[in-house]
Amino acid sequence: MAQQAEVLVAAPRPRVNLRVLRRWRRYPLASAAAVVIVLFLLIAIFAPLLAPYDPAATDGVNRLQSPSWDHPFGTDSLGRDVLSREIHGARVSLQVAVLAVVVAAGIGVPFGLISGYFGGIVDALVMRVTDAVIAFPSLVLALTLVLVLEPSVSTLMIALGIGAAPSYARLVRSQVLSLKHMEYVTAARSIGAGHARIICLHLWPATIPSVIVAGSLTMGTAILAEAALSFLGVGVRPPTPTWGGMLNEAFTQIYVAPFLSFFPGLAIFIVTLSFNLLGDGIRDILDPRLRTAEGA
Amino acid sequence: MTSYVIRRILQMPVVALLVTFSLFVVMHALPGDPIYAMIGESESTLDEETIDRLREDLGLNDPIVVQYFNWMGDVLRGDLGRSFRDRADISQQIIDRIPTTLQLAVLSLAVAVCIGVPAGTIAAVKRNSLIDVGVTLFAMFGIAVPNFWFSMLLIWLFVITLDWLPASGFVGIWEDPVAAMKHMAMPVTALGLTLSGSIMRYTRSSVLEVLNQDYIRTARAKGLAETSVIVRHALRNSLLPVVTIIGLQLGNLLAGSVIIETMFAIPGLGRMAITAIRGRDYPSLQGVVLLFTMVVLIVNLITDMSYALLDPRVRYSYGATS
Repeated sequence: MAQQAEVLVAAPRPRVNLRVLRRWRRYPLASAAAVVIVLFLLIAIFAPLLAPYDPAATDGVNRLQSPSWDHPFGTDSLGRDVLSREIHGARVSLQVAVLAVVVAAGIGVPFGLISGYFGGIVDALVMRVTDAVIAFPSLVLALTLVLVLEPSVSTLMIALGIGAAPSYARLVRSQVLSLKHMEYVTAARSIGAGHARIICLHLWPATIPSVIVAGSLTMGTAILAEAALSFLGVGVRPPTPTWGGMLNEAFTQIYVAPFLSFFPGLAIFIVTLSFNLLGDGIRDILDPRLRTAEGA
Repeated sequence: MTSYVIRRILQMPVVALLVTFSLFVVMHALPGDPIYAMIGESESTLDEETIDRLREDLGLNDPIVVQYFNWMGDVLRGDLGRSFRDRADISQQIIDRIPTTLQLAVLSLAVAVCIGVPAGTIAAVKRNSLIDVGVTLFAMFGIAVPNFWFSMLLIWLFVITLDWLPASGFVGIWEDPVAAMKHMAMPVTALGLTLSGSIMRYTRSSVLEVLNQDYIRTARAKGLAETSVIVRHALRNSLLPVVTIIGLQLGNLLAGSVIIETMFAIPGLGRMAITAIRGRDYPSLQGVVLLFTMVVLIVNLITDMSYALLDPRVRYSYGATS
């Protein structure tokens, strides 16, 4: 009997096979995006070494300078070097983005697993809570939370993470709903696997690929949202250089020094674009059905 | 179907209660004493006794649950209370501002749909062509570009360099259509661009999926003209998910209006929310957020129901899973 069950467990089951990522050559856009992201990560990590000036050093003489050899991106209204501030700004943006995804997945995935697996009243309750969170326009939710918790990197990551968590819960739940009736799960249950074992060993791993894809896309939105909040003046506090905060300052100087807004905005755009392209690329690589449909 | 609709409608108050209560608790956890926000911190010449009486009058000393039910009772009677800042009637303020935000939202959505749906369809039909690549790139641009940065680029081009458009302000479309269009051009472009990007992408993938269906092959095999196949068979069936996406984009549209209205000095609900946040004006912020969330909830409900109405499979799967 036990042997028979072993055979059943060996039935085909969705596995996480990250080796498929070796097919990256067929996805030049996603590969390029990955390179850009790694580049920005390196910039963020080595910011103090790379920045030509101290991002906080003011210079009363060279205020609002147009881009030049000394200051490739120009200087702001306090004479601070825009390039140096932008290099340091990468830290906040990427930190918030990565941590927001960790928070979102950390909350959303367990709830999605439990909700989908157990169904019934637990499911109904979790789904109503996700409905409620989703009903808040994300920016308003983030705004309110940031106000309560004082603006900082950790507040932003919590605010954006909580806002994104329901979509992870829903994503994972919908997958679990179809997975839990598959043969390998029934087989596992028939040899006496408990709920926790089934959820952790059999269901959770199967949802990882889609969570990775969602994570990459969320990082894109988180960077946009962090920038928007800092732009509205309710994000990370001003002395810390952030791309959104730089745009806020640039907006007040737009008639005097329109070039100020160009590079910080471009950085936000490039990083967001890269995370989106990477997410799309990973999805195409991991989902064979889409691959054949696209004929790539 | 009836039971599905009834169930969905019955869920609404539960979600609404969750939303409003958490909103209420969060608002009251805000740092800073609203009394001082109201009278102005510099003018704290008022003695303790007066402040206490004010607090009592405003009901700020009651337990939070009592405050919540008082507020909820007033809301159900259509009274959102008075602004802490200028004692203005919030319900009236919101009603006055709805047409403004509506004008911005409807125009942006119209632009987004008029660009997004045709472009997405063409991209799907001419898959892997230059047009497809162009549309995909445009869509990615729309999704990834921060709308406040894009607005600044627009201001730089059309206001500073070309001097064609007014930098900010608002004119109602019924008062002076030409001036309204001039004022709306940049905000609508900035807000519509992001939306059109997502609509384009969803239309493209949805049409692509339908084009692979057997009935499309049948339609072609029986000799229908390609235009007829695309418009009458493919597009019709692929628009359903697109409608859903448009419904779900509403939250983004409202969030976008907060930024865009602030940038272009448009006196709508988004700007009211920001002003309320900056001034710690709980009742006003509560009113706006309440309206936003209720609109999103109702639109989600309508979207879900239209989906179920049009696609029997959704009804079936809902019944099977819950």
